[in-house]
Amino acid sequence: MITIAADGIKDITPPLTDADVESLKAGDRVRITGVIYTARDAAHGRLYPLMEAGQPLPFDVRGQIVYYTGPSPARPGDVVGSIGPTTGSRMDKYTPKLLELGLKGTMGKGHRGEAVKRALAQYKGVYFGAIGGAGAVLSRFVTKVEIVAYEDLGTEAIRRIAVERFPAIVVNDCHGGDLYLEGMTQYAR
Amino acid sequence: MTRDIHASAITDAVKKLCMEANYALEPDMLRAFDRALTTERSPAGRQVLEILKENAQLARTKLIPYCQDTGFVVCFVELGQDVHVTGGLLGDAINDGVRQGYTEGYLRASIVRSPFDRVNTGDNTPAVVHLDLVPGATLKILIMAKGGGCENRSKYKMLTPAEGIEGVKDWILECIKTAGPDACPPLIAGVGVGGTFEQAARISKKALFRELGTPNPDPTLDALEREVLERANRLGIGPQGYGGDTTALGIHVLTYPCHITSLPVAVTIECHAHRHKEVTL
Repeated sequence: MITIAADGIKDITPPLTDADVESLKAGDRVRITGVIYTARDAAHGRLYPLMEAGQPLPFDVRGQIVYYTGPSPARPGDVVGSIGPTTGSRMDKYTPKLLELGLKGTMGKGHRGEAVKRALAQYKGVYFGAIGGAGAVLSRFVTKVEIVAYEDLGTEAIRRIAVERFPAIVVNDCHGGDLYLEGMTQYAR
Repeated sequence: MTRDIHASAITDAVKKLCMEANYALEPDMLRAFDRALTTERSPAGRQVLEILKENAQLARTKLIPYCQDTGFVVCFVELGQDVHVTGGLLGDAINDGVRQGYTEGYLRASIVRSPFDRVNTGDNTPAVVHLDLVPGATLKILIMAKGGGCENRSKYKMLTPAEGIEGVKDWILECIKTAGPDACPPLIAGVGVGGTFEQAARISKKALFRELGTPNPDPTLDALEREVLERANRLGIGPQGYGGDTTALGIHVLTYPCHITSLPVAVTIECHAHRHKEVTL
């Protein structure tokens, strides 16, 4: 579900529909509220053979958002440690298949490859950017953390996290829009 | 006259440096954010810079790492020739410090024991240690907790002597451009020019320890740094790559004599989460 707040920022709550994704444009500022999932290199490495074999994944990806992050450990009394994004392109190998299975959003930082951008258009998906290196601030928007799978991977385990008005920006939309390209073109001198 | 330094003193120092480097962003970085805010035209870029300042403040106050990537510990040790390390091995003392700092400091374990089986060591050990023997009876430890995302965008090129200083400038810019949004700009480029293959890479890291905003003591290198920084900030990449005028905060160059055939250039890309601290025992 997506609503536009008075301040112009789009409030997003998964699960997302095709129409939700289509309404998002590169450069849109968003706030995510609800449940999202964390996964990065090692977890994707385990999901991949399952997807290839057509087996069920540890969580239902349909309509969901996967956040590429490996949080630092929580201090006693804290929900989570620092929790900023990692580089999205390392997950490029796995992303088109996840989008095909119904995943709607991924969130990280940095460029995505052409195959991912094509898959965003084909399967109606969106790539959000969170601010890299701002993991302390971003931890304040996380209200709950639980491990879903692969606890042995430590920071790389898949976690279900509850977020409240988590700030992000649309980097790649499903219409071919690319914030990095548009931003650079606008400010290059 | 030799001086004894006990291994436990080295361990304690490294432990403290690891924690401080991750909680307390250096003042030169905070000043660089403020300087950038005076020139940055992009609203999204300005917002990123403001959030980075807030992030640094929060991390310092709450003693949590300002970035969840708490880095690979790269340790430059300048060991006085008249120092005798007692009570254990220098390398073990450093790794014990890393282990204690990361586990007791709630810092992320980001190191796998083998590049192929990729099993996490669980305590962020081992460190990468570079040892230099220097005159005197002190032991200086410089640590950098190097982030992985930006390290992945570091690059190396063997230029020819004919390509010269202009070739070096172009290559640094090329590295910054290809690093782009992936390396969490605004970034810093540590550049090692000269030496052999490994020496150029090594000094490209060491170059990052210089205080940001201070001139290179060599006038030729200072001019090179200023020119490349100015050109980098005209690329338009901006904070986080959202577009803007602040792509790089500094270019730091170190050189070393090189072979008549060679002009090696290594560029270590460092993100704005520039985790480094040093101490002299």
